Amino acid sequence: MQTDEKEVLGGKRGFLELRCRVLRLIRTFFEDEGFLEVQTPLLTAAPAPEAHISPIAAGSGLFLSTSPELHMKRLLAAGFEKIFQITRAFRAGERGRFHHPEFTILEWYRSGADYKDLQRDCQKLVRFVCASLAKGEGVVFRGARLDFEGPWESLSVRRAFQKFAGWEPGPDPDEDRFDLDMSLKVQKNLGFPTPCILEDYPATLAALARIKPGEPEVAERFELFWAGVELANGFSELTDPREQRLRFGAAIETKKRLEKRAYPMPEQFLASLENLPPCAGIAFGVDRLVMLVGGAESMDDVVAFGPETA
Amino acid sequence: MASILTAGELRKGVKLEIDGEPYLITDFEFTKPGKGQALYRCRLKNMITGIQFDRTYRSGDKFTSADLEEQEMQYLYNDAQGYHFMNMSSYEQIEMASETVGDAANFLSENLLVSVLLFQGRPIGITVPNFVELQIVSSAPGIKGDTASGATKPATLSTGHVIQVPLFVEEGELVRIDTRSGQYVERVKG
Repeated sequence: MQTDEKEVLGGKRGFLELRCRVLRLIRTFFEDEGFLEVQTPLLTAAPAPEAHISPIAAGSGLFLSTSPELHMKRLLAAGFEKIFQITRAFRAGERGRFHHPEFTILEWYRSGADYKDLQRDCQKLVRFVCASLAKGEGVVFRGARLDFEGPWESLSVRRAFQKFAGWEPGPDPDEDRFDLDMSLKVQKNLGFPTPCILEDYPATLAALARIKPGEPEVAERFELFWAGVELANGFSELTDPREQRLRFGAAIETKKRLEKRAYPMPEQFLASLENLPPCAGIAFGVDRLVMLVGGAESMDDVVAFGPETA
Repeated sequence: MASILTAGELRKGVKLEIDGEPYLITDFEFTKPGKGQALYRCRLKNMITGIQFDRTYRSGDKFTSADLEEQEMQYLYNDAQGYHFMNMSSYEQIEMASETVGDAANFLSENLLVSVLLFQGRPIGITVPNFVELQIVSSAPGIKGDTASGATKPATLSTGHVIQVPLFVEEGELVRIDTRSGQYVERVKG
């Protein structure tokens, strides 16, 4: 048993060293951009109610954080303008080649910015990390040669579905059909060889994003894909407390039905929205970035301990 | 005993009962858009017919595990009805069609202990030991002393199955066979 573990962990040394370098480069990037690194609680009484993200209960009415989003926005509402964080996030029942129930998440937020600014950040960040690591040779992931230098593709959700799923989602598409086709038909085609920005989600799938001014059928939300892998999800933040309360209320109802559990309304967060300036924020999967730049087959390869050995 | 499983319990190697038949998950992938619903993609293999197909399930889907059991049995004989085995603890005898026994029939000798897989109490397949000893009943005359050339010749086993053996192996000799590869391993001194 002991020698097995020694061998397994020893075999991961290359990926663990790469992870260390990626983390260091991300910090360097955000420091150079003038961001403040913050830390927010991993234990919270009121996680963000999202229909298809299940928090892990930690006892005493607390949950492990599914993302630092709400706390980061409370900091923005208090006047912090450019903040980032690299932390652990926890989501129940997520276990696959690209999913662990505990993973490393990078989030950053900008006051007075929108989702287009975040798209530019993504380009700069990914190019900076890859160029610093690459030393001339390219990146190969699961047989595909990846390119981080060439121009990135931008595709609206509507266009991507037309192209790869053969239908056009309106402002309120059938969610089952949308998720199924996103997973099985659309996503696998995105981000070859350069990363792809998929933007302007149907308004009902906005999560915490604001509706696009002058285009009420879509939300200012985008996701970043590279080699078919979902790397990041960002948006121009919704700052209207009433609208946010309605969306949370609907999500809490859905969760009651799916998970048979009542989640509290995040009241402190909603109160802070009164002071939230126009802003944009994004969550970025660090483990998946390490997988991509290292050519790893599974998230298990790039963490020392997976869910089964934790 | 069958039990109820949730989508989150699906894995490669899990066995399910679907439309009254046992299926093995031979390939499994969990996918989930960050904000969207989880999907559980399975490649399923029918454990009776061997037919494979893909199915995608969602969170909330419920499953019944296949009621499977392995029992140690002794091979007795075969006749027009099929292959006959005896359960070593209950002394109960069962018979199995030759399609169900499959290629394992190539390695069955009287009194051999095998593992019989039962679905809802009904035999659906057998597993023979990794190594068995069988007699060569016919083969062209060997070349004495040729133990190094690596050349082989066909030889018929007592089961009727034909394998390749080295030239020095003679009719009537007992040989050890690896049932996973179907290959000759060595001579067994009688």
